[in-house]
Amino acid sequence: MALLQISEPGLSAAPHQHRLAVGIDLGTTNSLVATVRNGISVVLNDDEGIALLPSVVRYLADGSLQVGMAAQAVQSEDPQNTIVSVKRFMGRGLKDVGDVVDLPYRFVDTPGMLQLRTAGGVKSPVEVSAEILKVLRDRAERSLGGELVGAVITVPAYFDDAQRQATKDAAKLAGLNVLRLLNEPTAAAIAYGLDNASEGVYAVYDLGGGTFDISILRLSKGVFEVLATNGDSALGGDDFDQRIYCWILEQAGLSQLGVNDVRLLLTHARTAKEQLTDNLQAQITAVLSGGELVDVTLTRDTFYDMTKNLLARTMQPTRKALRDAGLGVDEVQGVVMVGGSTRMPQVQRAVAEYFKQTPLTNLDPDKVVALGAAIQANVLAGNRSADDWLLLDVIPLSLGIETMGGLTEKIIPRNSTIPTARAQEFTTYKDGQTAMSIHVMQGERELVSDCRSLAQFELRGIPPMVAGAARIRVTFQVDADGLLSVSAREMISGHESSIAVKPSYGLSDEEITQMLKDSAQHAKDDMQARALREQQVEARQLLEAVEAALQEDGDLLDADGKAAIRASMEGVRFLLEGEDQTPIKRAVEALNQATLPFAQARMDKSVSGALKGHKMSDLES
Amino acid sequence: MWRKLYSVMSAPAVDLQQDFFTVFSLPRSFLLDNAALDHRYRELQSQVHPDKFSHLSDAEKRLSMQWATRVNEGYQTLRDPLKRGRYLLTLHGVDTQEENNTAMPMDFLMQQMEWREGLQDAIAAKDIDALDALADKARNETRNLQQQLAEQLDTTHEFVAAAGTVRKLRFLEKLAEEIADAYDELDS
Repeated sequence: MALLQISEPGLSAAPHQHRLAVGIDLGTTNSLVATVRNGISVVLNDDEGIALLPSVVRYLADGSLQVGMAAQAVQSEDPQNTIVSVKRFMGRGLKDVGDVVDLPYRFVDTPGMLQLRTAGGVKSPVEVSAEILKVLRDRAERSLGGELVGAVITVPAYFDDAQRQATKDAAKLAGLNVLRLLNEPTAAAIAYGLDNASEGVYAVYDLGGGTFDISILRLSKGVFEVLATNGDSALGGDDFDQRIYCWILEQAGLSQLGVNDVRLLLTHARTAKEQLTDNLQAQITAVLSGGELVDVTLTRDTFYDMTKNLLARTMQPTRKALRDAGLGVDEVQGVVMVGGSTRMPQVQRAVAEYFKQTPLTNLDPDKVVALGAAIQANVLAGNRSADDWLLLDVIPLSLGIETMGGLTEKIIPRNSTIPTARAQEFTTYKDGQTAMSIHVMQGERELVSDCRSLAQFELRGIPPMVAGAARIRVTFQVDADGLLSVSAREMISGHESSIAVKPSYGLSDEEITQMLKDSAQHAKDDMQARALREQQVEARQLLEAVEAALQEDGDLLDADGKAAIRASMEGVRFLLEGEDQTPIKRAVEALNQATLPFAQARMDKSVSGALKGHKMSDLES
Repeated sequence: MWRKLYSVMSAPAVDLQQDFFTVFSLPRSFLLDNAALDHRYRELQSQVHPDKFSHLSDAEKRLSMQWATRVNEGYQTLRDPLKRGRYLLTLHGVDTQEENNTAMPMDFLMQQMEWREGLQDAIAAKDIDALDALADKARNETRNLQQQLAEQLDTTHEFVAAAGTVRKLRFLEKLAEEIADAYDELDS
């Protein structure tokens, strides 16, 4: 008899029914929403026909709020209640955001993610982002005439676990079903690749308002395979504005400006930057609050000169990504430009020079991410069979756990294709140890103190055994959103402990970048520091083992033998805290040597003890 | 409304517990048809990847993730010659003892020391050409050892000797990682 199979409620849709799904680019400066209509990906405009929604939210005392242009217009009048660039606070603690003193907000240092005190109450960055997403959701539902099935939300490829989780939480808070978190450069590649039916290796150079991502992808027969990704998450168009701003101060002989004048000149700097895209020079004229007139002319050449090293800072991650992908410049078929900052002619020129080809700019760099996200959303919603294309993305930073001595054991290396899982076995450090702390890290450096802590949990109930006998298998699972979950299992008792990693705080952008840079620069220091720590751990373990043995079987030794071992132990203790590995190593060897006869005696004792009470026949069987 | 549940269970004609060679329908040998592996990888991911299941039930999503993870793991294991060699030895019940067996032939160790010194010198002198030359040597030696491993695994079935070759390849992998770090260091 055939069994009838019944679907779960709400699982299936009639095949002909088009499911409404959108792609959302939740940007630092602006956000957009796009959808696939009649097979074509289009950005959805607001009632005034404007696509870009400024990522600005203002909270008012009566509990109401303003989002977008209206909030942006009053940001200098009501700076404390008007939140701009909230993206940089996502998944961040107060101590992760270095430049808070310069920001006009009233921060609340809550455990985990920071919060902001506004006229409308205390708000978390997740809530603020959710307000932006709600406006885009409403826009989409009104425009499409129905409720959304789900959304693909884009994140910088360099976002860590905490930032991704916060983004997903914001979407949920906005009432959106998250079909997928998609990396921004990958979204752009989809928009380009499917448009042009491209084949070969492509680089996506994504310079936005506050972040830089570079991704290397291989496109072949409808497969988008990300080979490597890198970036500098503290580099964007804002830094170019800042350079012009400093130049204005220098030219006009200004210093010690008030907050309003700083904002005024920064706005002028940004306008000048944009003018220099099409003009050879830009006139900057402003009247400061004290009545002083600023009137200077900035030429393109001067602007290029002052931003040369900013460009150099994008080329280093670019070279690194190519190396990680195992490819040379001449193997790159095309370079896709993403992000408003790639409009600057010197950016295009630098990219063209490095890759020896003209970069592709035929899609609007402000919109291409949202367009790609919409294409992915359409497939994930089940509107179109995805049989003809497949997306294989990677995690940007290595994941690992802390082992003895403050070292990181990498479990999943950066640029691993997701979803992925790795298991690694660890053992106990002390006799009778029944609990183990699992500390999850993200970063490229070897020392825990140089990586970023993602989460910590305890595995309890390990059966008491001698040190090194327990086998604890720690499994990292990274899903297709790039989100991590960790489980640990004691293999002998089967005791399991599992968590979805909801990190208390994430990596700061600066830290990610710094960590990667340091990883290369200090590789040698790391190796030495690691060797020292390993030696110290080994020494401490040996001291504990010998001490335990003396307590247990001290009677096997005569007074001289005991004294010799004690002296040797003192030698190790004396050298233990030193900065040099070699003397510790020698002292450890000496102690090992000194305890050799003792160990032999103990072994004899335990073997004879084990034999006692057994018949020969037992041993033979 | 009727609908078949867990379609992923029947979609791919392979089983989660099978070894990677079986999963990828490839002969169990060190020498491998890379094009066939790539092709089969894409074929499998096209069936099991979570993107194909995101509009379906949580149960199916979960299964899809397990499958896609397994296929990625298999691909990474089979694509990389060192991992592939190690995996084949595991299937033959031979432990490569990379953590605890440090008894290497003297000439091999001497050569490793010489190359490591060369690496330090190249870094100190910021000499990219020397680094390139060293990377070339390491690549050649790696290729030679891979050929040797192919012989031991596929032809003569000398698995204990093959484990020794895997240990040597692990040395060279570490050297290659250090060379890559050195390029980064000279770049910054």
